[in-house]
Amino acid sequence: MIKVTVNGRTYERLVEVRMTLADFLRQELDLTGTHLGCEHGVCGACTILVSGEAVRSCIMLAVQADGAELLTVESLAEGDELHPLQRAFQDQHALQCGFCTPGFLMTACALLRDNPAPTRAEVREAISGNICRCTGYQPIINAILQVSSEPEGKTKGE
Amino acid sequence: MEHIGKTTQGYVGTPIKRREDIRFITGRATYVDDIKLTGMLHAAILRSPRAHARIRSIDASKAVALPGVIKIFTYADLGDLAAVPVPIRMVQLPGLERYLQPLLAQKQVRYVGEPVALAIAESRYLAEDALDAIEIDYEDLPAVVDVYDALRDEVLVHEGAGTNLAAVHEFSIGDVDRAFRDAEYTRREEFRVHRFTGNPLETRGFVASFDRGKGELTVWGVAKLPHLNRQTIAAFLKLPERRVHFIENDVGGGFGIRGELYPEDFLIPFAAVKLGQPVKWIEDRREHLMAANHSRENRCELEVAARKDGTLLAFRAIVYGDMGAYVRTHGGLVPCSTAALLTGPYRVPNYHAKIHLVVTNKTGLGTFRAPGRYESCFYRERMLDLMAKDLGIDPVDLRFKNLIRPEEIPYEVGVTRPGSNATVLDSGNYPSALKRGLDEFGYEDLKPLQGRLENGRYHGTGIACFVKNTGGLEPYEGARIVIGDRNDVAVYLSISMLGQGHETGMAQICADALGVPMDWITVYHGNTDITPFGWGTFASRGTVMCGSAVHLAGQKLKQKLLRVAAEQLGVDAAVLEFHEGKIYRTNTEAPPVDLHEIAAKARHCGTLNQGFPELEETAYFHSSQMTYSYGVHLAHVAVDVETGMMEVLKYLVVEDVGRCINPLLVHGQTVGSAVQGIGGTMLEELIYDENGQLLTGSLMDYLLPTSTDVPDIGSVILEEAPSPLNPLGVKGAGEGGIVGTGAALANALSHALSDFGVSVKALPLTPDRIRALIAGRARQR
Repeated sequence: MIKVTVNGRTYERLVEVRMTLADFLRQELDLTGTHLGCEHGVCGACTILVSGEAVRSCIMLAVQADGAELLTVESLAEGDELHPLQRAFQDQHALQCGFCTPGFLMTACALLRDNPAPTRAEVREAISGNICRCTGYQPIINAILQVSSEPEGKTKGE
Repeated sequence: MEHIGKTTQGYVGTPIKRREDIRFITGRATYVDDIKLTGMLHAAILRSPRAHARIRSIDASKAVALPGVIKIFTYADLGDLAAVPVPIRMVQLPGLERYLQPLLAQKQVRYVGEPVALAIAESRYLAEDALDAIEIDYEDLPAVVDVYDALRDEVLVHEGAGTNLAAVHEFSIGDVDRAFRDAEYTRREEFRVHRFTGNPLETRGFVASFDRGKGELTVWGVAKLPHLNRQTIAAFLKLPERRVHFIENDVGGGFGIRGELYPEDFLIPFAAVKLGQPVKWIEDRREHLMAANHSRENRCELEVAARKDGTLLAFRAIVYGDMGAYVRTHGGLVPCSTAALLTGPYRVPNYHAKIHLVVTNKTGLGTFRAPGRYESCFYRERMLDLMAKDLGIDPVDLRFKNLIRPEEIPYEVGVTRPGSNATVLDSGNYPSALKRGLDEFGYEDLKPLQGRLENGRYHGTGIACFVKNTGGLEPYEGARIVIGDRNDVAVYLSISMLGQGHETGMAQICADALGVPMDWITVYHGNTDITPFGWGTFASRGTVMCGSAVHLAGQKLKQKLLRVAAEQLGVDAAVLEFHEGKIYRTNTEAPPVDLHEIAAKARHCGTLNQGFPELEETAYFHSSQMTYSYGVHLAHVAVDVETGMMEVLKYLVVEDVGRCINPLLVHGQTVGSAVQGIGGTMLEELIYDENGQLLTGSLMDYLLPTSTDVPDIGSVILEEAPSPLNPLGVKGAGEGGIVGTGAALANALSHALSDFGVSVKALPLTPDRIRALIAGRARQR
């Protein structure tokens, strides 16, 4: 039995020891915004925040998250009000197929929390663990920089 | 064909933000793995770990006995369906039918990754456990992994066929022998392009569900070619097509590889019908790398004949396509496409090509973004640089000299595709695009850096000109537009969407053609229930073919609407105008009438005195000819000769797309495909050892480009030459960004390292290969 808080809601579930955290979120909690692109910790599509740290939920077991606070892409918008990063991704055409997008958004959240005014090179470095096959990264970098240059955007990176 | 002029509403041509984005950025999109059905079972596929072996026996008894395991299907369980192979659907050259892939291997496996058994269990975890418990006794056979080795026929991939040479296709334009006999200059080179593939971030997958009561099958997760795939699967399962529903959902990228028919496309629906329960199969990345189509790999022996002044006279090309173990849906398309546009945007009056399709013990070959065109652009543009050096001509001058001039267009190249009409370059100003590229890139300023050592690295700049066929290929696409309740217009497309942005681009086209605000429009796609006929989204044909259909349907519907409004208002249709959703009476001061008033009355009382409520129209756009986008790639690189690391400092793509529907989307396509091409050229390779084992079976070995591997890409979209072949004047924009990447980078690297005698003739350009080139140890067979 594990107890986790996901996007502010607490769940208690009996899980098999071998179930990955990503499968737990997707299959047990129906939070399908977290995607699986490689299932071996390279592509970053499954990135979520575990107690504030950006982690790959495909190479972490659900049981390892016992007691943790998790944030997934579903946590970003408040009702119909988009998170500044979400708005910026649309503004900059930072997604095409959208499969990698949740992972990039969560990685960017962690980046802007730790470094609210990153340089272009720092953004490039920070997202280098996430793979996007469609956009060529340029618009994703532009989107993150759009948020960091908006005064109200900085506060909402947590 | 008459083009639409400046539209009254002006949505077309405007960089409108994508409306579909909201569901993707909020995590509310529905990809196939997000579907969960009551009673759903999970599939896993046992794949051959051997490249070439006989199967002595398969014993699934232990697997079936495991808890949660429902069924193991092997060849024997397919019954008479076991004889059905994956069909060839394009470029079906005689002889290829001997190399088709069975759905499950029976007595022999021919590549690592070949499906041998299908396990169905209550979860994916349990299904994968079951695979471990299936016992197969293999007897290894020698494997052959290189085309030249395969051509010796010492090891036969398909014994029954008696040869590894699956087919040969040959064509000739002009008098090539004479051109070579009379030429002042000739040169012959052997080139090679490596094996790599699209790797969409979402792997393949399906959910299939069979309603036994109604006898209806629904398959989610189909992409690219829903109608054609449905036709094949319906026939396979002996179901009427109308009882099979193919739905694509949201799709995590295509790039040629996804949406073709593979054994799994047959096996998962088959299992759902057999078991009467929904079945889900989601491919993992390792499976994707070893089982989904590989692409590109071929070799080309290219000869050029020219005058001393650099005027091209003839090309002679011998292409060897490495097809892998089975010829899949694309038939001979990839190697044949390599030859088809090898002469590119240049005037080459004499051209002979001979294409060999060779089978090896590797994964089957299919398309990847700009199939064959990336390869041929590399071969041709490298040859031009070599020739420029030989003749003491500037590479840019050589290109200007030979580019087809605008007044020569339309330019008929000749018949270069098997079973197809002549290749006709429909419209363009090629020298203008090259000039624009040189200016925008600052080529003249960079030229002095060629081969120079600066800050510890050698610099080089490379150019590659291209043309790329877009549209056409299959003869039509359709669209249906329906006016619904207040301020609601639905557009149903016959094609699918794999990330391109049709829900925005097609709405722009519809809004302008029909005359309604864009935010009234919802676009539906990728569902065989919403349009009865259609082909699909490939070969940069979505906007050319289906966009044109949307335009035609919008115009038709506008005409109908005006007739209906005229009847309701009791006026002549000629005095009515319709735009921004309102009907204006040009002969009176009366206020405009809202569309919904006309539509509501039509719905209640019928239209045109016939009692039919429909305010809808369907249109198909037909075209057997292809449009040709064109342009130039320019690359500036710096190379560290100690480590072999090449950095791309600057990259520019100039492409004329005829007419740009949405600049945001077109630039997105260009930049994204350029990065795919740069990654494919500098990082990626599907490497096999001599036993046919895939050495790059994970993303830790097969390196996809990340944000720190590539620079910002420059993208210039031109609209100088609208296509005369469709009402919008558009050309496809999905592939121009990738087509010249191999060529431009290879030329740039060769210039950078010319003092070391480096002349690139083989891809990829990974650090180890660059070091080997510098050391003169490059294996360039």
